[in-house]
Amino acid sequence: MKACGKVHKYGDNVDTDVIIPARYLNTANMEELAQHCMEDIDIDFAKNVKKGDIMVAKANFGCGSSREHAPASIKASGISCVIAKSFARIFYRNAINIGLPIIECDEAAERIEAGDEVEIDFDTGVITNKTKGESYQGQSFPEFLIKIINSNGLLNSLKDQ
Amino acid sequence: MGMTMTQKILAAHAGLDEVKAGQLIMADLDLVLGNDVTTPVAINEFNKAGFTDIFNKDKITMVMDHFTPNKDIKAAQQCKQCREFASKYDISHYYDVGDVGIEHALLPEKGLVVPGDAVIGADSHTCTYGALGAFSTGVGSTDMCAGMAAGKTWFKVPSAIKFNIVGKLPKYSAAKDVILHIIGMIGVDGALYRSMEFSGEGLKNLTMEDRLCMANMAIEAGAKNGIFAVDEVTKEYLKGRTDREYKVFEADADAEYDEEYTIDLSEIKPTVAFPHLPENARTFDDIPEIAIDQVVIGSCTNGRIEDLRAAAEILKDKKVADNVRCIVIPATQHIYMTAMKEGLLEIFINAGCAVSTPTCGPCLGGHMGILAAGEKAVATTNRNFVGRMGHTESEVYLASPYVAAASAVAGKIAQPSDVM
Repeated sequence: MKACGKVHKYGDNVDTDVIIPARYLNTANMEELAQHCMEDIDIDFAKNVKKGDIMVAKANFGCGSSREHAPASIKASGISCVIAKSFARIFYRNAINIGLPIIECDEAAERIEAGDEVEIDFDTGVITNKTKGESYQGQSFPEFLIKIINSNGLLNSLKDQ
Repeated sequence: MGMTMTQKILAAHAGLDEVKAGQLIMADLDLVLGNDVTTPVAINEFNKAGFTDIFNKDKITMVMDHFTPNKDIKAAQQCKQCREFASKYDISHYYDVGDVGIEHALLPEKGLVVPGDAVIGADSHTCTYGALGAFSTGVGSTDMCAGMAAGKTWFKVPSAIKFNIVGKLPKYSAAKDVILHIIGMIGVDGALYRSMEFSGEGLKNLTMEDRLCMANMAIEAGAKNGIFAVDEVTKEYLKGRTDREYKVFEADADAEYDEEYTIDLSEIKPTVAFPHLPENARTFDDIPEIAIDQVVIGSCTNGRIEDLRAAAEILKDKKVADNVRCIVIPATQHIYMTAMKEGLLEIFINAGCAVSTPTCGPCLGGHMGILAAGEKAVATTNRNFVGRMGHTESEVYLASPYVAAASAVAGKIAQPSDVM
């Protein structure tokens, strides 16, 4: 399984309140929420994002609230994978449970810049930066997490069993 | 090798004699919680997955606290969806306007969590119940859905950081100052994926409400859970609230901790977390004059009766400063009633505060006190992220009820000694 796309880059401690502000949480329609994804730190994100694009950030991505609307609105916006130095634990769990691939990689989080063209191989954890001609070794998932992601989320994987 | 409190509770719920940090386990759950924002997503997933029943109607609770009383039509639709689901499956602990309170104040008050329980909640501050010696952690809606259907979920067993509590808090220093101090010390990801375990001789000087406040903010240090050793204070609190038998789990003497800290309560000073992270903790020797527009006293962190008593002690026979809006939100109906009987509401209203029915409201920028561009608020809430209480150019300063009340009187960020 691979992902390939253009990078949207952010810093440390991107919290779930900026990923999807609570003022929009009076709906559970993820396509509607995707239109407001990241708007408090990147007003043009929803306009600029294209299907398959990749989000890259630094440490503690997704800290704060447990709102699943955060990874779900990122996924609904078309993002194919989030790379960060580390993820807040509830976000990590939620992302896997809904089938949004996420990878921890210090080097990629440092080196990759906004607009770079990046390819990710989920089976090996290798991240290739086509723009810079570099590659980085990300953490690959344990097998049971790959199953969940391949089934497009926890509930589907429970059904598949 | 010995186990921590959390590891022991998880082992017992997984039917194992022993677990180790990093181990993946499947654990039985004693309680599954959701609110009016996270439950609709869980219900949608429940229906999509084709589940036809819940695991136990007495072990699921739904609390309509975030956008209630319904702030708009969409919020009303979400509550309606929860209400209909709760009715269809005859969920025992469904709380709606009139008997609802802020979930993490309400559940302990109702005796729904006891020591040794394993609890998940689709709300990040579910870690609050660690105050009672339970393993309790925030999850998302899909986990809530799976928990409602199966009564179990997967966990990665966490390692732990130990906080040895000694001493006693000085007058006007509060549990909120302790936890802000700790988050300032270890950072917003200082306990990422790990437990924060609180024990030590100083615990006897922390009331259950103090502990609930501290465990509540474990998530603000990135922790999976915060947990307090069970003692006489815990047992006394549970009396009359529950007749469930419970098991007390103690950490083994040779339990391994990643880090250990000693926190001397007698050294804790009034503390304020500056925008836009809870780790930006400062004491008053390092706080310039900052004029404020709003004060919020309430939330799952500091909306309990002892918090209201602390605020009332400062506000008695004083007035909220001109140009400051002070909003007081008792966290549950019982707290509201107690505050009324004790004359606290009268003190607040005489001082010029607005007193609201229980709601999470302004804490997450939902309703009941949203900030405009450039406005600053001192709040007893738990997060001060960009845009958390309203406009992205507004600012939230986190503090104790003492500091919040003193700031309301002073019209700027102030400590009790400035106005008393």
